[in-house]
Amino acid sequence: MSQSTNPFTQFQTDADRVTADDDRRRFLRTSLRGYQSTRTATQNRFLDYESARIAASDAKWEAIENLDIYLAQFADKLEARGATVHWCNDSEEARNAILEIIKKHDAKSVIKSKCMTTEEIHLNQLLEKEGFEVVESDLGEFIVQLRDEAPYHFVFPAMHLKKEEINTLFQEKLKSINTNDPEELTMVAREVLRQKYLSADIGISGANFGVAETGMISITENEGNARLTTALPKVHISLMGIEKIIPRLEDLALLLPILATAGTGQHLTCYNSQLGGPRQEDESDGPIEMHVVLLDNHRTRLLADPEQRDALRCIRCGACLNVCPIFKNVGGHTYGTTYQGPIGSVITPHLRGLKDWKHLSHSSSLCGACTETCPVKIDLHHHLLRNRRNAAGKGQGGIAERLLMLGFTVVMRRPWLYRLAGSLGKVGHVLTKPIHGTRIDPFYAWKKTRDLDDPAKQSFRQYWRARK
Amino acid sequence: MVNVLERLGHQVDYPEGQTCCGQPAFNSGYFPEAKKVADHFLKTFADADLIAVPSGSCTAMIRKFYPELYQDSPQSEVVSELSGRVFEFTELLVNHLDVTDVGAKLEGTATYHDGCHGLRELGIQDAPRKLLENVQGLTLVEMDEAQSCCGFGGTFAIKFPQISTAMTQVKLGSAAQTEADYLISGDPSCLMQIGGYFSREKSPIQCLHIAEVLDQQ
Repeated sequence: MSQSTNPFTQFQTDADRVTADDDRRRFLRTSLRGYQSTRTATQNRFLDYESARIAASDAKWEAIENLDIYLAQFADKLEARGATVHWCNDSEEARNAILEIIKKHDAKSVIKSKCMTTEEIHLNQLLEKEGFEVVESDLGEFIVQLRDEAPYHFVFPAMHLKKEEINTLFQEKLKSINTNDPEELTMVAREVLRQKYLSADIGISGANFGVAETGMISITENEGNARLTTALPKVHISLMGIEKIIPRLEDLALLLPILATAGTGQHLTCYNSQLGGPRQEDESDGPIEMHVVLLDNHRTRLLADPEQRDALRCIRCGACLNVCPIFKNVGGHTYGTTYQGPIGSVITPHLRGLKDWKHLSHSSSLCGACTETCPVKIDLHHHLLRNRRNAAGKGQGGIAERLLMLGFTVVMRRPWLYRLAGSLGKVGHVLTKPIHGTRIDPFYAWKKTRDLDDPAKQSFRQYWRARK
Repeated sequence: MVNVLERLGHQVDYPEGQTCCGQPAFNSGYFPEAKKVADHFLKTFADADLIAVPSGSCTAMIRKFYPELYQDSPQSEVVSELSGRVFEFTELLVNHLDVTDVGAKLEGTATYHDGCHGLRELGIQDAPRKLLENVQGLTLVEMDEAQSCCGFGGTFAIKFPQISTAMTQVKLGSAAQTEADYLISGDPSCLMQIGGYFSREKSPIQCLHIAEVLDQQ
């Protein structure tokens, strides 16, 4: 993933590379097939999964539609228990808020549990530049950090790597033993990480949900690393997008299992923690300070769009990536975004600009597998279509495409012209025979990998007339 | 499709002024242009009792996306009324005309590919299978991920040919595993994509539209 090229060129180049890598694609497909069968089995254990989806999307919808009220309630409750809430408009404000806290405590090392929002604001790069040691404690994140890579998938950051590759990486970077055994590899990481928890001054986490009613963040995980990250260092900072708010504590009773089911196919993840402030006077453990950094970063721009604001219901389960044929064939890094897959293609144009990111909405066959699977019923593939409409409406498709569409309209509204175009097509087909299959063949993009039947000798209309 | 419908005793007309439903423009984001083409469709088919379409994708365009194009317009009522008269061929036979056996015969093994628009926009899944199960001599075998996209996706196939082709490559793998003689689908565009790739890869699997199968005597 190169930063210097424009996002569209980078996307095409990376897509060329990954689609040609049959071995990696097969590996992705096999992993995701495993996910899909586990998830289907878990879904079937719901009394009525469809009703659960509706209820989950209703809960999130209520929060999004009343975000101002619930955010304020959330912040008030947290502050009443001694936490500090920071309201940040954009990445820069959030980065500065976090940096200030770290500097104030004269900290040297930072431990993090999985948090895509920190990826969104490029926090690690900043902290490392400022001279802090930053360690990712989620195993997948730890692995991609060692490789100096972005997460491949926002739920499974290292899903693209085989155990043999992780073995090589650990030997190289951690001087570990030579083993392909996943359990032994995990123990290697664990040994390194345990020390880091104990020595870290600051723990940074994300939040899967922010419960307005009680003023708590809720963190979902499988490794226990988020508990250690938020409990051992003397300062805990949680960064969350404002859309993570949910109205009531009891909503978690549904949202936790639905996130686990859609995300990993588990009934519930191994650990779910609710944190409502720093260590209280009568408590013996927990951080001395707790900061919750609330990030807008153009989420309110999406909120102002009545057609697409349901995308803010997203609980970042990653299910839409797991079923997406585009994701399965181009992989996560190709997107060049913090949030990959269908949801990323929908929201990135809102968060980072339509002009540079509209190609993600075109890079879809609009098959609808994402919408079908989304646990909170976001109208994902139709939003891709709406992004296309918005881009075309702004003239971002270019002159050639506009002319092509104009030509299409002119012909399709006039049956005689349609028939003439059909006949001319046949003549053209014969005349262009010498260049068929070459790069100047107008159908080159198609014919490079696919055959194309010759135009039928008789049109259906001619056949119809003869038949009568 | 005409042959099958006539054999079942229906009178079929083919309005010669018809062109396209406008989906290529719509899916590219050019909604006003698509609407102009849709205007032509509405005019051409205004008098039909039922409109039979040999494509789930075109049917979805008319039934699901026309109402979106015409919302808040004076024609919105006409459009929603017409939408109710448009049927994809297999759903017309099975759900509307209550026919599951058209008396067709074809020897061999077949696997069915669900076109995404028919499947997810219109919910067509059982109708084509019921019809194929009743084709004499034909054994239907489900392929792995029959419901995953073939990779066509309109202009997507041209704008992102490498991804589009990779998707069809997966489809060929699933189809080949079934050892079927035929891959059948209800969408000409899927068949153009799948057939074009299968033929390039010299796959022995023959790609057929379901109407062609149901017409076999």
